[in-house]
Amino acid sequence: MSVTTAPQDGAGGAPLLSIRDLEVTFRTEAGSATVVRGVSFDVHAGQTVAVVGESGSGKSTTAAAVIGLLAGNGAVTGGQILFEGEDLATLGPGAMHRLRGARIGMVPQDPMSNLNPVRRVGAQIDETLEDNGVVRGRDVRERTVELLAEAGLPDAARRARQYPHEFSGGMRQRALIAMGLAARPRLLIADEPTSALDVTVQRTILDGLTDLTDRLGVAVLLITHDLGLAAERADRVVVMYRGEVVEQGEARTLLTDPQHEYTRRLLAAAPSLASRRIELARHGVEVADPVTDDQATAPAGASTAPVATADAPVAVAPDAPPPLVEVDHVTKVFPIRGRGLLGRSTDFTAVDDVSFVVPRGRTLAVVGESGSGKSTIARMMLDLLTPTSGSIRFDGADVAGLDRAGEVAFRRRVQPIFQDPYASLDPLFTVYRTVEEPLRAHGIGDRAQRNARVRELMEQVALPAGLLRRYPAELSGGQRQRVAIARALALEPDLVVCDEAVSALDVIVQSQILRLLADLQERLGLTYLFISHDLAVVRQIADEVCVMQEGRIVERGTVNDVFDAPRTEYTRTLLDAIPGRDLDLGRPA
Amino acid sequence: MTRLILRRLALLVPTLLGLSVLLFLWVRALPGGPATALLGERATPEAVERINQLYGFDRPLPQQYVTWLGQLLQGNFGVSTRTGRPVLDEFWARFPATVELSLVGLLVAVGIGIPLGYLAARHQGRLVDHAAVVTSLLGVTIPVFFLAFLLKWLFAVQLGWFPSTGRQDPAMIATHPTGFYVLDGVLTREWDASWDALVHLLLPALALGTIPLAIIARITRASVIDVQHADYVRTARAKGLSTAHVRGRVILHNAMLPVSTTIGLQVGLLLSGAVLTETVFAFPGIGKFLADAVFNLDYAVLQGFILLIAVVYALVNLAVDVSYGLIDPRMRTR
Amino acid sequence: MSAPEVYEVPQGPVDAGAALAEDRRAGESLWRVAVRRLARNPAAVVGVLIVVAFVLVAVLAPLLAPYGPGALPGRADVRPTFIPGPSPGHPLGLDRYGADVLSQLIWGARASLLIGVLSTLLGLAGGMLVGLLAGAFGGWVDSAAMRLVDLMLAVPSLLLAVSIAAVAGQTPSAVVIAIGVVQVPVFARLLRGSMLAQKGSDYVLAARSLGLSRRTVTMSHVLPNSVSPVIVQATLLLATAVIEAAALSFLGLGGGSPTTAEWGRMLVAAQNELEIAPRLALWPGICISVTALGFTLFGEALREALDPRSRRR
Repeated sequence: MSVTTAPQDGAGGAPLLSIRDLEVTFRTEAGSATVVRGVSFDVHAGQTVAVVGESGSGKSTTAAAVIGLLAGNGAVTGGQILFEGEDLATLGPGAMHRLRGARIGMVPQDPMSNLNPVRRVGAQIDETLEDNGVVRGRDVRERTVELLAEAGLPDAARRARQYPHEFSGGMRQRALIAMGLAARPRLLIADEPTSALDVTVQRTILDGLTDLTDRLGVAVLLITHDLGLAAERADRVVVMYRGEVVEQGEARTLLTDPQHEYTRRLLAAAPSLASRRIELARHGVEVADPVTDDQATAPAGASTAPVATADAPVAVAPDAPPPLVEVDHVTKVFPIRGRGLLGRSTDFTAVDDVSFVVPRGRTLAVVGESGSGKSTIARMMLDLLTPTSGSIRFDGADVAGLDRAGEVAFRRRVQPIFQDPYASLDPLFTVYRTVEEPLRAHGIGDRAQRNARVRELMEQVALPAGLLRRYPAELSGGQRQRVAIARALALEPDLVVCDEAVSALDVIVQSQILRLLADLQERLGLTYLFISHDLAVVRQIADEVCVMQEGRIVERGTVNDVFDAPRTEYTRTLLDAIPGRDLDLGRPA
Repeated sequence: MTRLILRRLALLVPTLLGLSVLLFLWVRALPGGPATALLGERATPEAVERINQLYGFDRPLPQQYVTWLGQLLQGNFGVSTRTGRPVLDEFWARFPATVELSLVGLLVAVGIGIPLGYLAARHQGRLVDHAAVVTSLLGVTIPVFFLAFLLKWLFAVQLGWFPSTGRQDPAMIATHPTGFYVLDGVLTREWDASWDALVHLLLPALALGTIPLAIIARITRASVIDVQHADYVRTARAKGLSTAHVRGRVILHNAMLPVSTTIGLQVGLLLSGAVLTETVFAFPGIGKFLADAVFNLDYAVLQGFILLIAVVYALVNLAVDVSYGLIDPRMRTR
Repeated sequence: MSAPEVYEVPQGPVDAGAALAEDRRAGESLWRVAVRRLARNPAAVVGVLIVVAFVLVAVLAPLLAPYGPGALPGRADVRPTFIPGPSPGHPLGLDRYGADVLSQLIWGARASLLIGVLSTLLGLAGGMLVGLLAGAFGGWVDSAAMRLVDLMLAVPSLLLAVSIAAVAGQTPSAVVIAIGVVQVPVFARLLRGSMLAQKGSDYVLAARSLGLSRRTVTMSHVLPNSVSPVIVQATLLLATAVIEAAALSFLGLGGGSPTTAEWGRMLVAAQNELEIAPRLALWPGICISVTALGFTLFGEALREALDPRSRRR
């Protein structure tokens, strides 16, 4: 990271921000809870320091304490927060208020919820400038437009007159960056500034932010859960776990040669492009290369030639088992209701002429950014949506044309695991009822047999039987996802559709669930259709990959081919955008 | 925005047509049938027979409905059996009184409810909060007519501070160009007439406004508390916005979104409440006239008034929705 | 629903699930948790006590009331300009016709309870049916149901009740029907909205993927997760029903003679005696208000106890 304008204080100079033995306590009805204790680290002028940790590690609470915006029931109960020599922990509310914005700025996490929805974006920056006494009068708007342009917002003068809801997520985040830096603070707190955005957008936003803070000599306190991001963007990294700092140091050193056990675990769990497919003594199942379709090499939008024959789109070796799933020229169009009384409805093509096959016992991943149509594919595969044209064949039978009996049989053989484990379990059902329900619905076994089967399933997903009487609200995210997996396995399905199944989980839990999925595939001969936005995760679990962009498959192939030698520009952009892609984290060089 | 208005107006047509069908059938379903509605309960069988022939009540229902609807569209809503005057005339004669009363009632509700709710939210758990919670509880649990009754008894009968009935002192001679008495006094520079009308309005308006006041205070309190925790409020603080701006431009403005919807919903409550309040204070508005019509089973008036009120109600709701767009920019693009 | 991960409220040592669980005992259903929370909420306890007292008075009226519902024990003592006040024989005095006010109030509780409960049950049943059909089937059924609801909401509630009562005749059951029907659109909208919100959620998709029939998905997943706002609303509308019943009899609907023991009717009668015996209005008014207060307190507390958002705090 190059610093041009600000003098780089060496480790010897007085730090800009120095946190000493910080302790933060929250009062709740149940008593008080100390969520940050004994935290100490420094941020020097112009430096970027990343605080890394999982949810609940206290990283965001530490940031909130620095800028004096702890939730109402929280307070700094010990230690010092020295900022330019002043202890912020003892500063009165008035002085703290003058300091915010002017000397310490903030870029918050979720761009969708952090702009005032009822005021124009420009006005929200105007008021920042005015209230911090930076500019007054007629020059304000001019400065606002400059700031927005500086943050990388095109056509800033016109954009300034728009409302937040007219902005995309990336544009909003640029506006928030412009706002955070409006009064030229010495320190910027960036709290997960891009975790709500697609990777490619994330990359450009972070590049812009880094550029700007470097140029202005602003120190950055970067809060993130993403080790790759921390490694790539920060000079120093502070690792937090359960409210305490477990390790800190120079970024590269710390991440290539971690000393603390927790950091090692975190690094081992972090998915990265350097990692490999989780291999578990796989029995050498020879599967013919499924990539036979024409679209693989054709650029998006140019379907060069139709597939040889509609009935058998895939040419497999005659002795190989036929693929479990054949998706053949599937298109899904959603009508969008027109505006106004006579507004014509327009069509939105979510999935556009997509074909692929999923071989038995393997994992096919579909990756793409939001809006790429990957979730629509999952829904169609589950027969929750019907394709507008084309067909999906499961074990040779067209899914759309199933009769009632065929549908029941299909449902037994195809099961989903969804992204949000909080939402995918009925809150009114106990774990037992949740896992037992599919058995009961399909009339499998008597009460005692079902009971035994439920316990067996719990064992398979490594959950203690003691949880059977619990409700979802009493479980952790990882436990819930395991329950969802147990439910999906209850009917001994052939295909499991994982729709962003690990995206909502912290890295360590995520890696545990990925291992579980790989293990189950191995033991039960499952086939996975794995939908994800996370290329690093895909690399760990998939055999073949389809990359989707705006409803079309732009590239496909084996994991190694696609990741090591991407053939299309879009795939390359996606891969390049992954933070820390070229770092072999946790593996000493 | 224009599209929104047009769309809503278009949606209004089937609703009102449906309502007219129901009201048409309603009179036919009355004990005694439509002739009774015209002649009153004590009509002789011969008279009923004559009326049935005269008005074609013996013809098929769809044909009758079309004829009736045609009459409505020409402004013929029938004749009150009690006063013998056209229903539409009776309605317009009383409409300004009720509008005036409802407006003042709404003013009381909004003027006290919003500040009370806001203060309660800002000082959660303190005295003003408890006061607001108790007020909003009492407001929704005391029947309007009982409250009207208490106010009348205390301030009019016992203390004599306010008149107990009517819109204007009978001894006062004043001209009424618009029918809105307070406004009339201003227009004609008869200030004492304006004042007198206002004094007559106060107690009924207070009674009428109490339920909306309670509801508005409640929603304001909940909404402000909710908004206080929003991400954009924290961000506003983080960027160094002055406290006054955080409160006004950020918290209050956003908190007003659900409150303005709530205010819109109070219109129905005000019209329902007007029937009861006007009865207690013998206030000559459409509510009192309706209550009298109920007592006297004056079905023509009931039928006509309900339809007319539904039209007014729908238009007011439309206006509320449109004005909602002024507060929430997200609504404008719909 | 703000800031998912930032400025996290202190959570249990490990994860978010523990924080949610902090308030519950292992394996306790949401409804049981709600009951436990209600028991700890003083407002709820007061509400329940009021409601229980009211129900007891209504049920035990024959034992509690000194005189029968139509009895006029003091007929001889009432003069045009004088209505006797409280006395040992008549703790709350007499009314214009010589009826014992205390007895009238006690018998009146019966009428109010019956009308309130029956009309709310009627509204609940009708509204849930309409809402369930709309929410479960969608499409044209939904459109038709919602047009019907719009139609009913096009007229201010009291006027709708008045017109229905007028057609249904001058009887107490007409009042029940009128108030019940007016509640139908409220429940219908609430249940439909709640069901639509649940229908899109992942656990419902998961249930559909299990091959459960639409009926099972609706009845065992969507509906149970959608009813709690409806139940809260029903409790609150019990208060409204008691008040509206009084309002209808205040307007002269609902039948009965001037001596019928009914709180709304007692209030109307008292209006004429404002100058000589204001207390006659006070008692029935207080009874209506306190009863409504009981249901409201209980309903609000129930809402809080069942609200997943407050559960988080």
